Amino acid sequence: MSMVPTLLSVEGLTKSYGGVHAVRGVSFELRAGEILALIGPNGAGKSTCFDMLNGQNIPDSGRITILGEETVGKKPRAIWRLGVGRTFQITATFPTMTVRENVQVALVSHRHQLFNLWSSTPDFAREEAGRLLDLVGMGAYAERPCGELAYGDLKRLELAVALANHPKLLLMDEPTAGMAPRERIELMRLTATIAREQSIGVLFTEHDMDVVFEHADRILVLNRGSLIAEGSPEGVRGNAQVRAIYLGEGLVYDARHRDGAHV
Amino acid sequence: MAFYVVQFLTGLASAASLFLVASGLSIIFGVTRIVNFAHGAFYMLGAYIAFTLTERFSGALGFWGGIVVAALVVAIVGVLVEMVLLRRIYHSPELFQLLATFGLTLMVQDIVVLIWGPSDLVGRRAPGFKGAVDFFGQNIPSYDLFLIVLGPVVLGILWLLFQRTRWGILVRAATQDRDMVAALGVNQKWLFTSVFAVGVFLAALGGALQIPRDAVHHAMDLRIIVDVFVVVVIGGLGSIIGAFVAAVLVSELNAFGILVFPKISIILVFLVMAVVLIVRPWGLFGKPEAPARRTPGLTVNPWRPWTSNERLAALAALIVATALPLFGGNYALTVGSEIAIFVIFAVSLHFLMSVGGLASFGHAAYFGLGAYGVAFLAKLAGLPMIVCLLLGPLLGLVGAAVFGFFAVQLSGVYFAMLTLAFAQIVWSIAFQWVAVTGGDNGILGVWPEKWAASPSHFYWLSLGIAALAVIVLRIIVFSPFGFALRATRDSPLRSEAVGINGKRIQWTAFVIAGTVAGLAGALFAYLKGSVFPDNMGISLSVDALVMVLLGGVETVSGAVVGAIVYKALNIWLVSQTDWSKLVLGAFIVLIVVAFPKGIVGTLDSIISRRRKSSSSNSPLLTSRVETAE
Repeated sequence: MSMVPTLLSVEGLTKSYGGVHAVRGVSFELRAGEILALIGPNGAGKSTCFDMLNGQNIPDSGRITILGEETVGKKPRAIWRLGVGRTFQITATFPTMTVRENVQVALVSHRHQLFNLWSSTPDFAREEAGRLLDLVGMGAYAERPCGELAYGDLKRLELAVALANHPKLLLMDEPTAGMAPRERIELMRLTATIAREQSIGVLFTEHDMDVVFEHADRILVLNRGSLIAEGSPEGVRGNAQVRAIYLGEGLVYDARHRDGAHV
Repeated sequence: MAFYVVQFLTGLASAASLFLVASGLSIIFGVTRIVNFAHGAFYMLGAYIAFTLTERFSGALGFWGGIVVAALVVAIVGVLVEMVLLRRIYHSPELFQLLATFGLTLMVQDIVVLIWGPSDLVGRRAPGFKGAVDFFGQNIPSYDLFLIVLGPVVLGILWLLFQRTRWGILVRAATQDRDMVAALGVNQKWLFTSVFAVGVFLAALGGALQIPRDAVHHAMDLRIIVDVFVVVVIGGLGSIIGAFVAAVLVSELNAFGILVFPKISIILVFLVMAVVLIVRPWGLFGKPEAPARRTPGLTVNPWRPWTSNERLAALAALIVATALPLFGGNYALTVGSEIAIFVIFAVSLHFLMSVGGLASFGHAAYFGLGAYGVAFLAKLAGLPMIVCLLLGPLLGLVGAAVFGFFAVQLSGVYFAMLTLAFAQIVWSIAFQWVAVTGGDNGILGVWPEKWAASPSHFYWLSLGIAALAVIVLRIIVFSPFGFALRATRDSPLRSEAVGINGKRIQWTAFVIAGTVAGLAGALFAYLKGSVFPDNMGISLSVDALVMVLLGGVETVSGAVVGAIVYKALNIWLVSQTDWSKLVLGAFIVLIVVAFPKGIVGTLDSIISRRRKSSSSNSPLLTSRVETAE
């Protein structure tokens, strides 16, 4: 285990808005090939945590080290250049381009060709864009206008775009939000397969406990800004404090699993 | 010392009108999210109507009553405009809202001249405030003192209106979330109309109160609107207290700027605005807004490079155009050269607007800078024409690099306001700095050399450069840079997340567009043999916007068609009527409301609809799902 490099290390991450402590002293690590879920009830500080990791928010204190580089204060685009792919809770794509062109833009950026005024982008890295789309099962849709895609397909396209810079780390904010139950399982299964094959570390937040318990190697539980539990799915599921929070929130995941689906 | 105090008080007095107009603009923007470019027009109408009423009715009651009645009359006009025009475009893209209200401004300019004539009108003094107060040997008009008191009083009344009345609470609620207010059962239509009426009333009152201080004339709308844009950019759009503080600041800077830089006083205001933009891009009292919800546009058809057939068709059109000297006379050739030059100008703006999503309302600044660049090089340095044509546009490049750097820090309506303000600043410098630019008299005698002097040769030169500009810009549209620019326009969030520095990409695009516009200006200087401040005037910027709109914002090269059709129509119109602004303004409003895709855009969608219906049994055609932005 000690041979596997640490991709992401977070120490004492803290952020408050006015008097409200959104995130207090959160520390954790993520290793290559590991799938780590960050869960917690609404308002627990998941999104704030995520925004600090991807550079959209600056912590009050604490350290974030991604692939050996201190990233606090770096812009999202600089963090991407370190080898971090991202997907958004609400998909962000380029609606006036085709599906393939969406991926090509990321490839243009990855190859430092953003200020190239001369080449033809529709021919730029066509095969590689096609491969990435095949990987997420969107190959047949390559020439479709992105603005016409169904929501589940947009999520898969986002995954292809996020993989364009050969990331070592994937940050996925509620990757399955807004999808149908079957699509959720499929998307996460796909993500997990790719992550294992390419030994990518994945950190994701998620509300759907089926998705979390099926795919996460390890789970972090956040409540009111603090980490209250950390460990394997089995360990977290048995944790009395976690159960209390989720029962208190009215989200009775226990009842759904009593039928033995995950035992 | 007394002199400086008096100067300070004069500044405060000027701030009163500016504050009234700017707060009206802010209130309207807060609720309707429309930046009302016609606000200056309402200000001017207020002044003209107040002039007529105060001339007609004598006495203190006649004067003060006249001013209030004038503002009320204009507010009623505003209500009509809101009901007839704005209600149709609340859901249109920002650009169309800006253009429609700009079209109104143009119409009002001609209407005012039609009714009141073109000469300046000097209004009556205010009864009770005719004299001056002696202040350590310096005179202060007592009317100025009245205005100094009035500003804070209006601020107080507005504060009470918004904090203490039911209407004010609804307006504040709608400013935060108008959908929520509508969901709570408030009649949105009338809320919007009443807000627009109040905003217009304030603008008209500001205009009416100016008549004892300044002559009433038909260019006062553009002068005030530029000042107002500077005020709301500094103070923060949507903030009334911001409008007040910034109005005072800008007026004082103007009052003292004249002492520091008597020739180019506007520089001081520009510097302050630049500093504010760097430190607080959302203004001193504004709030940083979440990135605006992007409307991807009216269509989502991805752009395609030309097929070989389309290339042949374009080539054929170019060959036909090249043959014009065979059958056209000198006049036709001069018109042809002018159209070719405007094709260059229009495609440069189109590149910025359509590909970059940056609607510049002051693109003529870079056209004019290119023209002045040529004039300086040819007249002062005496360089040969080829060298001038190559180096002249560099002045446009420099201008675009400086102003573009600040402009791309903002987006949407702020970008539009700022580019307009920058263009006015460049225009004022050309107008005021007589020693260098010749001021209003311009620079004469910039004639082409012998090889390009004949109308046919100059036509071919212009046509060749236009063709080159169109081709080069098309190549850039489909280049990696062009895609990065479109990516930044489509989704700032996603483009940042794939490593794109959006601001730098947009700045580069601004410089490219400015340089190409400068090239058009350089040719224009040789075509006309002279340069004038109007080569960078607002009407030229608006011409370019209309060409792009007419051709189709959503197309790759629609601006070419837009420029040809519009310029030909325009030249014909000016020869037919004295009221070209009225016709042009109505034309703009009509396009926005009835024909928003433009000529090429409409053709495109007809063609793609045919293609779709011929292959409609494709299994991939699922129903379109709106992304939940």
